[in-house]
Amino acid sequence: MKLYKKEGNIIQVLGFPNENIEKGDYLLIEDCEAGKSLIAQVIDIQFANVPGILEELLRSLPDGGETIQGEDFDPLEIAPHITYIQDARLFICKIRATLQKGSLSPSSSWLPSRSQSTIKKLPVSTLLKFAENEGKFPIMVGETKEPSPLTIDASALDGRLNIITGKKETGKSHLSKLLMLNLVGYKATVVVFDLNGEYVSLGMSQDGKRNIYYNKIHVLTPSQNFKVTLKQLDLRVLLNILIHALHLPGTSAREFRRIWKFLKERNSLTLHELGETIRDWRCNTHVRDALFSRYYALVNSGFFTDNVAEATLLEQYLFKAKNEGGAIIINLRNTSSIDRQIVVEYVLGKLVELLTSWKLKAVFLFAEEAHLYLRETYWDDIVTRMRHFGIFTTFITNQPDTIRENIYRQADNIFLFNFTNEHDLEVVSRAARVDAETVKSIARDLPPHHCLILGRVVKDFPMVVKVKALDVKTMGETRLFFRA
Amino acid sequence: MLIQQLTITPTTKYNFPQNNVDVLLPKRLLELSVQSLKNVQNQAFQLNQQTIQQGTFEDFIENAQVTLKPITLKPKKTETIIAAVDTSTMKIGETRRGVLIAIRGADVWKQGRNYRYLRLGPFIFHVTEENFKELYNTLQKAYFAPLHEMTGSPSFIQAPTRIAMLLERWLQITLSKTLSNGLILLDGSLTGGTPDASTSFMRKLLENARRMGSTVLAFSKMTNLRFNGYLITDLPFKFNPPYVLELEDLKLKPPLVLLGDVYIARLTRGGYAFRLDIDKNVPFERKVEALEKLLGNDIVLQSYPETLRLAHILCTFTANEVIAMQHFISRKYGLKIISRPDMHRVLFGPFGKGDS
Repeated sequence: MKLYKKEGNIIQVLGFPNENIEKGDYLLIEDCEAGKSLIAQVIDIQFANVPGILEELLRSLPDGGETIQGEDFDPLEIAPHITYIQDARLFICKIRATLQKGSLSPSSSWLPSRSQSTIKKLPVSTLLKFAENEGKFPIMVGETKEPSPLTIDASALDGRLNIITGKKETGKSHLSKLLMLNLVGYKATVVVFDLNGEYVSLGMSQDGKRNIYYNKIHVLTPSQNFKVTLKQLDLRVLLNILIHALHLPGTSAREFRRIWKFLKERNSLTLHELGETIRDWRCNTHVRDALFSRYYALVNSGFFTDNVAEATLLEQYLFKAKNEGGAIIINLRNTSSIDRQIVVEYVLGKLVELLTSWKLKAVFLFAEEAHLYLRETYWDDIVTRMRHFGIFTTFITNQPDTIRENIYRQADNIFLFNFTNEHDLEVVSRAARVDAETVKSIARDLPPHHCLILGRVVKDFPMVVKVKALDVKTMGETRLFFRA
Repeated sequence: MLIQQLTITPTTKYNFPQNNVDVLLPKRLLELSVQSLKNVQNQAFQLNQQTIQQGTFEDFIENAQVTLKPITLKPKKTETIIAAVDTSTMKIGETRRGVLIAIRGADVWKQGRNYRYLRLGPFIFHVTEENFKELYNTLQKAYFAPLHEMTGSPSFIQAPTRIAMLLERWLQITLSKTLSNGLILLDGSLTGGTPDASTSFMRKLLENARRMGSTVLAFSKMTNLRFNGYLITDLPFKFNPPYVLELEDLKLKPPLVLLGDVYIARLTRGGYAFRLDIDKNVPFERKVEALEKLLGNDIVLQSYPETLRLAHILCTFTANEVIAMQHFISRKYGLKIISRPDMHRVLFGPFGKGDS
């Protein structure tokens, strides 16, 4: 390989077909005289612009587009050299760092010698050693193409905002499960908003037996094993539910606040009493009607109960997870859109309450297709305010445009699976820790279960990894009509 | 590694075909090629690509008369094999003692709807003042001695074209012996007595073809023949193509001999015309029939037959192939590519166009 051209932080390297280089691979451009090396990543592979190639190709197709038949008597065996030159390729590479005396710096302000530099493939394992990517809490994500194992440090997810995205059936949920279980393994508290009931069997291995996570996975299904009494609720949380999920107007909300205080003073915070009080409350008829309609929405959700015995104390699960590590799976499958929002408002409110009072240290929140249940104002809350309380979110979506641009800008880690749609790639490439060329070029060609990891977890060296298999019972498969 | 590439244009020549080729000449060419390259191992060489044009000898024609009665042609679909031959040569570099040249020949033939080809080469030679005469004479004596009046050894400057012409003549004569009842298309004219084609060689070629029932048609892309001040191919005749006009009373200075009747051929609309030589000893009716079969069996665009065009295209060296040959030489024989300053550039800056 030879260094051919440099423009900005893009370099072009001339290579030949026998060099087994693919998109995503790293090259080490070593300039011995300068005592430095450039580390560059191949983001695209093109044919080299060899002079005369057009004539060569046209010559083979003169007969109305069909290849002309014939024989070549080529005693000196020049033909292999011709194809060798014809197949010369140009590796378009992005400069990632400079390596000098064993240490990395992000500088690309120097230029290695074109004639004297030696270029070789840099194994990912070596690169990770240079980058000192090994930490105290390793998570084995999978294998690189070489193949060598790719390990990230769980602490690089700590306090960070992460996005897992890619088109359908590329393995997003699988990766999120892998990350989640590893975090649980390190005694982290994890809360999952499980939209499709994919996470409910993580405590079982593929053969249906209990696995090591069995006692750490707590599945809470609203209106089944997840119900709350009004006494468990803070007024602020309930008002959030009424205003944001059930769209209660401001005047009615003020009236509700009075009713709530009235009932609380009498220690009668029950659904039944609430209904009765609304009926007897002296107020405008329209306000009463508005309050009644929301009341019945709460009752019909099945999430609220007056029976203390069947009420769930979310805190208990969270405290258990705090001590031993564990995941609370909020199973939102078969839950209506309004009910989902009610549940999510409750859970997030509860988390903020516990984190604010330092009853919980921090929580890793995994949110699948969050746009389906997260109210508008929560997006900014989650990435700014809630991060300071200790809620570290991982968004998982196959519709990247449902996540706001400012979320991408603040994302610390992006796990990107295949996208072919230009618009989707455009959205993801707005992330601050990513360069658009890398995203567009590499993500487009990723095979299923291969992920481009960007951000802090890989020390800003984008890596392509085949996500390893998990021995857990997966529930995320699409139900098919024609499957036997 | 060859990265820097001078501007390279494809060789600008044309021509022709053949089945069941006797490979004795190619074998001898190979031996001489390898031998010449062995003598230059591990030396330095300067990249220098040049297309070498074969010369014409029409300047010797003293005068010409054009018959203003066109011979109109009607395409004849009777199935006929059309074959064409061409060779190409290129200087691919210079060493301290000589030049590195490459030659390649191509036979193309059309049978039914399909074109097929046979390509010989490339053969690469390191030609020096010392080895050229030996190399050339060895080939000439071995394969053309009975047909060649020895015209004296060619100069070193002519080496590339002369070696390529040996290959071309060999391809032509082989074709004339093997193709029956077909049309043989040659690039150039049917002039004998030139350094590359002795009269006896040309006679033998035409005789072979006649014996096999084939007709030889030679197309010249360039001609210096003029009539009333116009190049004959530029004459503004207002007849409807396809037609040919015969040139009469052509006289050549000895030792040149015209072995064909010369025509201006305008085979399609569009203003293109070529000089066309057809074997003198073929009766007029067969000449016309041959042209009509050509029109009926081959694709003719811009008045030029596709078979002949393909022969040229297939033997021409592309820039990619030149790089590949330089790669081959440097890998196999350890020749190192050096950059000698281009004196045109050095002296005249951007006004010096250099060799390229």
